[in-house]
Amino acid sequence: MAKITYHTHDNKTHTVDVQKGLTVMEGAIQNDIPGIDADCGGGMACATCHVYVKQEWLDKLPTKEDGEEDMLDMAFEPKNNSRLSCQLIVSDELDGLEVNIPSKQG
Amino acid sequence: MNKTDVLIIGAGPTGLFCAHQLGIIGLGCEIVDNLDKAGGQCIELYPDKPIYDIPAVPECTGEELTNNLLLQIKPFNVKFHLNERVEELKKNQNRWHVKTSGGVEFDVAAIVIAGGVGSFEPRKFPVKECEKFEGNSLFYSIKDKSIFKDKTISIFGGGDSALDWAIELSKSSKVNLIHRRDGFSGAEASVQKVKDLNDQGKLNLFTKYQMDSVSGDKQIETVKIKHDEGEIKEIKSDYVLGFFGLIMQLGPILDWGLNINKKTVEVNTENFETNVNGIFAIGDICSYPGKLKLILSGFHEGALAARGCFKYAKPDEKLRFEFTTTSKAAQERLGIKK
Repeated sequence: MAKITYHTHDNKTHTVDVQKGLTVMEGAIQNDIPGIDADCGGGMACATCHVYVKQEWLDKLPTKEDGEEDMLDMAFEPKNNSRLSCQLIVSDELDGLEVNIPSKQG
Repeated sequence: MNKTDVLIIGAGPTGLFCAHQLGIIGLGCEIVDNLDKAGGQCIELYPDKPIYDIPAVPECTGEELTNNLLLQIKPFNVKFHLNERVEELKKNQNRWHVKTSGGVEFDVAAIVIAGGVGSFEPRKFPVKECEKFEGNSLFYSIKDKSIFKDKTISIFGGGDSALDWAIELSKSSKVNLIHRRDGFSGAEASVQKVKDLNDQGKLNLFTKYQMDSVSGDKQIETVKIKHDEGEIKEIKSDYVLGFFGLIMQLGPILDWGLNINKKTVEVNTENFETNVNGIFAIGDICSYPGKLKLILSGFHEGALAARGCFKYAKPDEKLRFEFTTTSKAAQERLGIKK
């Protein structure tokens, strides 16, 4: 388990334990955290699981695979700390990760 | 008024195969889809990506899968209504009356919703003022390119649509192409062409910029764009175009009195009927304990929903289970000559 904190757009903070091996997207879906739609189910094909990663965590994340940046072009208000949460696999290294969920996904 | 047994909403793989299953048991159907072609997510999201988990098909692309399904339902002459979104639903005794966005009307015994995650709609700009200009000087798709002649157009996006339109419109308009990063997702040749046009002064390329605001009286007059580092540029613009792909929205289905849970419709697993008699839901849009969002599951759901439709379409007949290998009736419907 790793602790992942999701800050939702209504200024609420949700800290939950997410099983290692699941994605940050799945952690949000399983815990009913609002704001992540994940329409395509984790296939990097829709950009509706877009999150903003807290700056100090950016370098600790796995690098973007081909295609993630292309999908982020489609995301709602992408920034330099944008990631697709379906591409972030939870591990010990990500224990304590904090992400902000955008006001909407599209 | 189109009168048939079943209306299928959604022309993705699940909807297409359901049409096949309806045809096999002797029911007619018509299909409505909001996109301009059949295939659903397979065509819109991943036409070229191989799929490896279609039973007995080791590998095929979304496009190949769609083409094969269309071939498989060819004997049934299914009528498609593309570029139409289902809007209104009314119960009329034992039949359903359905009306689409384009005014097409249906009179059917049952409805199968195979709508994926909803209908595809263009993704819009996050900037609020854009709504005011939408349809008059701000567009997400182009119907008539002649209106742009000799005007200044700001195009946002980095995919094929944005690049192709930037190249095309630069022939007779002043074009600004604005994209959030230096890399593009569109075809390499188009990217090179845009860069060449920019070097020749035939197009203005702004990378690492995103829209900050739009302003104007009735029509757009200026657009402000903001660089990653915070610098803001104001550019004169008669038109703004945004190409950010498509997003899926559930739309009017939400108002049909169906039990909806997290953008999916609850169904029973016996025949995939919803809480409303005569309305079925299959594929990604339905939910039940153990639901898997796989194409193969959609096929199974469609086969059962088709049989569920039978009692509404032919209340006085009994459906007998048959195999296509041996059923004369099924083979006749498939147009097989012996």
